[in-house]
Formats: sequence, C-alpha cells, structure tokens
Amino acid sequence: MNASTSAAACTDAAWAVLDTVPDPEVPALSVRDLGIVRDVVCGQAGTEVVLTPTYSGCPATEVISDSVRQALDAAGYGPVTVTLRRAPAWTTDWISDEGRRKLREYGIAPPGPVEPEAAPGVATIRIRPRGVDCPRCGSAQTERLSAFGSTACKAMYRCLACREPFEHFKPI
Amino acid sequence: MTSTMTSPSTTATPPRPAVAAGLAAGVSGASRGPGRSVTLSGSREARWVLRLADTCLIHAQRLSEWCGHGPILEEDIALTNLSLDLLGQARALLSHAGQLDGQGLDEDQLAFLRDERDYFNLTLVEQPLRRSSAHAPGGDFADVQVRNLLLAVWLKLHWQALASSSDAELAAIAGKAVKEARYHVEHAAQWVVRLGDGTEESAARAKAALERAWPYTNELFVDDELDAHAAATGLGPQRSALREAWLAAVSAVLTEATLAVPAASKFVSTGSRGVHSEHMGFILAEMQHLQRAFPGGVW
Repeated sequence: MNASTSAAACTDAAWAVLDTVPDPEVPALSVRDLGIVRDVVCGQAGTEVVLTPTYSGCPATEVISDSVRQALDAAGYGPVTVTLRRAPAWTTDWISDEGRRKLREYGIAPPGPVEPEAAPGVATIRIRPRGVDCPRCGSAQTERLSAFGSTACKAMYRCLACREPFEHFKPI
Repeated sequence: MTSTMTSPSTTATPPRPAVAAGLAAGVSGASRGPGRSVTLSGSREARWVLRLADTCLIHAQRLSEWCGHGPILEEDIALTNLSLDLLGQARALLSHAGQLDGQGLDEDQLAFLRDERDYFNLTLVEQPLRRSSAHAPGGDFADVQVRNLLLAVWLKLHWQALASSSDAELAAIAGKAVKEARYHVEHAAQWVVRLGDGTEESAARAKAALERAWPYTNELFVDDELDAHAAATGLGPQRSALREAWLAAVSAVLTEATLAVPAASKFVSTGSRGVHSEHMGFILAEMQHLQRAFPGGVW
C-alpha cells in the first residue's frame, strides 16, 4: 500500500470514528450527521479535523472539539488537531438525510430548507410561526408553543391530531 | 470566555489556564497588570468593530437580566437564548477587535478590563431593562421586546452589509450572525404585534415602551469620521445608509401592531463615542467585578 492509499484509508476510518461521536445536545445525531465536520486530513503528524460551529453562542462547540479529539485519539489516529472554520457558516441544510431520519425517529421534527435571505437592505419580517409536520403522526395540524426550546436551535410545538408535544429543529 | 476563534481557520487548543495566560501574555507594562484596565491603541478599525461588539455585549447582558423574570417560562428561555447568541457574536467581534488593535488583547481583557470611556456601545442598550429608576423608567416586558425589535433589525442590516466586508473575518462573523438575527427579529416582531395589537393594557404599555426607546434611535444612524473611514475602506456600512431599510422594516411591524411611529426627537445619544449615560458605570461594575477582584479567573 503506498502512502496515498494508506492516507485515504486512514481518512475513511477517521470519518467512521466521527460517525460514533454524538452531538452533546442532540445525542441522536453524530457530529457527522449534523454536518459540522467539514474536512478530515490524515498526515504524517496525525489527523486534522475541520469543524464549523453551529451557533455563535453555542456552548457545545468546545465540548464537541474535545469529544472529537478524544474519540480519534482513542481509535489510534492521534495526535489530533481540531481546527474551527467559521466561513461558510453552518446551515441546517448540511444535516444529512440519515441525520434527518434519526431526528424524526427521536421525536424531533427536522428542519425544512432554509428560506433564501432577502436582498441586503431589505428587511422582511415573518410575523406568523412556520407550519411544521408532527414527527410522530405526520399531521400538519400543529401549533407552536415556544419559539425557543431546550437549546437555541429548537422550537417547541404541539400536534393537534395526536396531542403529542414535540421539538422542531429550526432551519438556519 | 476562554477560547478564541478566527477565520478562515485557526487551531482550537484545549482551554488554557487564563490566569497564567493573563500573567504571561498581554500584560506588558506596569499599567497593564492583571486586573488593571487595558487601554486601546489608536486603531480606527478596532474601534469601529468595538462599537458593534460592545452593542452586542451590553445588549446580551441586559437581556440576560430577565432570566427568571419573564412572564412565562418559554420567554425566560427565549431571552436567554437570544442573549447567548449575542454574547457569541460579541466574543467573535471582541477577539477580532483585539487583533485589529494589535496589542495582543484577548476577548476577556476587552470585555472586562476596559474603562467606561473605552466602551462604544449604543446608549440604548445600556438603559435599564429590568430594574427601572426615576431617571430611566422602563423595566417592563414591553420594553424588552420593543428594544429588541429596534436593535435586532439594526444588527441584522449590519450583518447583511458586513457579509461583503473587505475584512474576511468580519464577513465570516456576519455570515453566521445574520442567520441568528433573523430569529431575533422574528421573535421580537411577533411579541410587539401581540402586545401592541393586544389588550388595552398591553397596547398602552407597548406604546409607552416605544416612546421611551425612540429618542435613543437617532444614534443608530449618526455617522462620524470612523463610519466614513469604515465605508471608505470597505470595512462596513455607514450607519446613515441603513436608516431607510430599518425604518421600513420597523414601521411595517408597528403598523401590524397598531402602534404609531413616535415623533422625531432632536436628542442624539453618544455611547458610540464612549460618552455614556449614568447607567453604564453600574452595568460595568456588575460585569467587571469578578475580573477586577480575581484577575484572570475563569470558570
């Protein structure tokens, strides 16, 4: 095996390890499902992982960096360098299909596509909450209870058909 | 505030012991010992970025005072979440301002160790929001939502303009913040409509809150030499250029809320130039107390 194929194999294996690192705030998802792992590079001196944080004030960012470092270290891919990359900004559009399925199974309504921003200088404001389908029974008859939930990324809803409350991962 | 981040990329190191870092790093010269005030270099870019950073920082602090005091639990959660976003934006901007300032000051030193005249936030954000006084009545839930609407729209217009800043780091910070600001604007707008177009009591209180905040909004659109410099170098927008879009967006919400746009005032506050109202000293005392008493302390 030459150096480039071994590096590729190492990268694939490192990605597989990242599949097992849960997001601390939505543990149903791995950091890879969430779309915050932007790059993995295996080199002579160890492994470099590039992460893009979700929210500016997300308190989990530092925990995620540490978990990624520990998981790859434990799997023998250390020393690990975690690099944070701010641009382009993370968006829920980067959550994988697999991630969306896991969210729904976990009882969280996944985000719809991010609506395009109005042109600069044009501030249009949505006054009514978004309609979201119930992740349990699929009904569109739901109402929002709270714009923010246990974390900034989620809102609280209630299904009027099956009467279950649920969380919605907001598109951002 | 223990880690820093720059764009397009930087290495995240494990949390460093800030006590040691504070002692070893930025503190050259006797006047900058741990716990003592830091002073700014003459960088105009740093100063311009601090205006935005400090507005986010102080607004975050005022919103966070409502934790545990919202009319419903959901609103406690919402306000603290908004506050957390603003604090995250402030952290990124403070770190960047520290780099532009060129003296090796980090986000903590800039957040906690400047004297009052070296903070450049809008005067509006430092006005009491939870505990009113004879000099500054307010402290109503309507004040929270009205102020947040006025500021969130203003900040969002900044983030949109900054997305094409000549400063790549500033553009990256704005690219993230604009997404968050969208939710801030929506949340405030929904409450302002609910209060303004609500009961007689809620409408009267929303109107009073709007009239209290309005005179401070002149400062949001006053340019000076720093704004001219920012615009000339492509760093960011002139404030005056944002007025039309701001007024259009705010007016649309007020109309929906059946609230009238208050009459214009000639008063122009001066927090952006470091000349603050009497409330600033108190909020800084609260924010700075721990860093002054236990220099370099971290969680």
